Amino acid sequence: MAFAPAAEPRRLGRLERAALQGVMVREVVNYSSFWRSSTFSSTVDPTIYLLAFGFGFGSLVSTVGGYDYIDFVGTGIVATTVLFSGAFPAMYSTFVKYEFQHTYDAILAAPVDTEELVTGEGLWIAARTGVYGCVPMLVATVFGLDPSWGMLLVPFIAGLSGLGWAFFGIFIAAKSKAIESFSYWQSGLLTPMFLVAGTFFPLDQLPTWAQIAGNVNPLYHCVELVRHAVFGFEGWADVGHLTFLIGFALLAWRLAIKFMERKLIL
Amino acid sequence: MDSAIRLRGVVKRFGPITAVDGLDLDVPLGSCVGLLGPNGAGKSTTMKALTAQVIADEGEIEILGHRLPGDSKQARAVMGVVPQLDNLDTSLTVEQNLLVFSHLYRVPSAERKDAIERALVMANLTGRREAKVDQLSGGMRRRLLITRALLHQPRLVLLDEPTVGLDPQVRQELWALIDRLRSEGVSILMSTHYIEEAERLCDDVTIMSHGKAVAVGAPGELIAEHAGPEAIEVYGPPARLSEVEGIARSRGWRTRRTGTSVSILHANGGDPSLEGERRITNLEDVFVLLTGEEIN
Repeated sequence: MAFAPAAEPRRLGRLERAALQGVMVREVVNYSSFWRSSTFSSTVDPTIYLLAFGFGFGSLVSTVGGYDYIDFVGTGIVATTVLFSGAFPAMYSTFVKYEFQHTYDAILAAPVDTEELVTGEGLWIAARTGVYGCVPMLVATVFGLDPSWGMLLVPFIAGLSGLGWAFFGIFIAAKSKAIESFSYWQSGLLTPMFLVAGTFFPLDQLPTWAQIAGNVNPLYHCVELVRHAVFGFEGWADVGHLTFLIGFALLAWRLAIKFMERKLIL
Repeated sequence: MDSAIRLRGVVKRFGPITAVDGLDLDVPLGSCVGLLGPNGAGKSTTMKALTAQVIADEGEIEILGHRLPGDSKQARAVMGVVPQLDNLDTSLTVEQNLLVFSHLYRVPSAERKDAIERALVMANLTGRREAKVDQLSGGMRRRLLITRALLHQPRLVLLDEPTVGLDPQVRQELWALIDRLRSEGVSILMSTHYIEEAERLCDDVTIMSHGKAVAVGAPGELIAEHAGPEAIEVYGPPARLSEVEGIARSRGWRTRRTGTSVSILHANGGDPSLEGERRITNLEDVFVLLTGEEIN
């Protein structure tokens, strides 16, 4: 059937700026209504871990892996914050928006595709994580962690790690039929990863299998990169850590999109 | 282009269930078409297919000249969608909800402010712009939901059960709003349970049953064709109603049960043995006759 040229001839592309901006504006405007609680939970939890381990463990050991314990844990704690402010909000907010608020129905009825939806939401959480990630580290400076210029890179490292964890959280939410399934992911995967990341104790004293497991843990690579940013980079090792984090973000991004499409497009 | 929406032979299966089974549907430009059908007839699946949130297994879908699903994003850029389930952001204000969707619908930044003001006026919510959505009444929320879909001045609007669950006076308010859109030349596809709504607002209706279109036409034509000008409504105990149905069937007239009575359709002149009230036929008669189901 022949149509008059009333329609726009240009086919809209993928990952358009206008669509990403729309998704992120929605997030930012919503954030203005709940930023207090979100900031509280994302920063206070890791700070408590920092203080508990710093005082509790720090009184038993003075140096760990060649660092003063406050330096060790004050930098490693960034990864914990990344997990708490990246993966968890992504999991819960995705699930709530899908299941209870039907937000995605509204967004996908506008000129936004699932790929743009997932990307926009992930980028916003990553930006938040970049900022939140630094808070416990700054608290640690009060307790003796010396400020350094390398700390200026930490928001970017936390943001990159947070991007991967945000997408991974969206992926978990997309895979979960009920919010109760989150328990399996949290207890079975996220908690072990959070502990075996080299944040509170170094991995090299662990059994070999745990060291290997630690090496595929994105949080470990975040911890290492943050520590080296603050106390001095270690050349190719850090290129490796960075590559791992980029790879994790890319993989989690595609997984999140694939499973969200499966959930949202019938 | 003379169609806002054009569906041909659309099929959608969910496992063993065929939700839409070879549906043809047309919304001529500038007209308001009602999609009627009982629960489970495939209306919601059809509406979702128009935004490519459901991908059809077979058939063709064209919206304002855009072929779906490939060009669905262009199609979504020029249409507004009012969902059945209220999905406003309840912790945001009226104005913030509109602001967010002015971005999602890509209203150019220079026009954004005007678009939001226009929507506030149309929704009659200028005085409540700062109110959070969860402080609004059901009618206000629905008005906001509708005007949110009009921010980018779409040429086509999809309304999925726009007045479901609302008081009669609120429903009438919304009818006025929809009628205004219609008078401005916007093409409308509206799915509804309420026959009266379709009769009042729609130029044409498509009645769906089991995933297919079982009748298409203007409400008046469908009534004349399927139900005749008058019906005889006979009241009585169940045994009497069965008897009446038997008599009608023997005369070749069609009947429908309406709970406490039997309506005999096409019974022009009637039958002296059938005492009942004469009444004008309506679209509901057609609906029940064709779908074999009462509306619930």
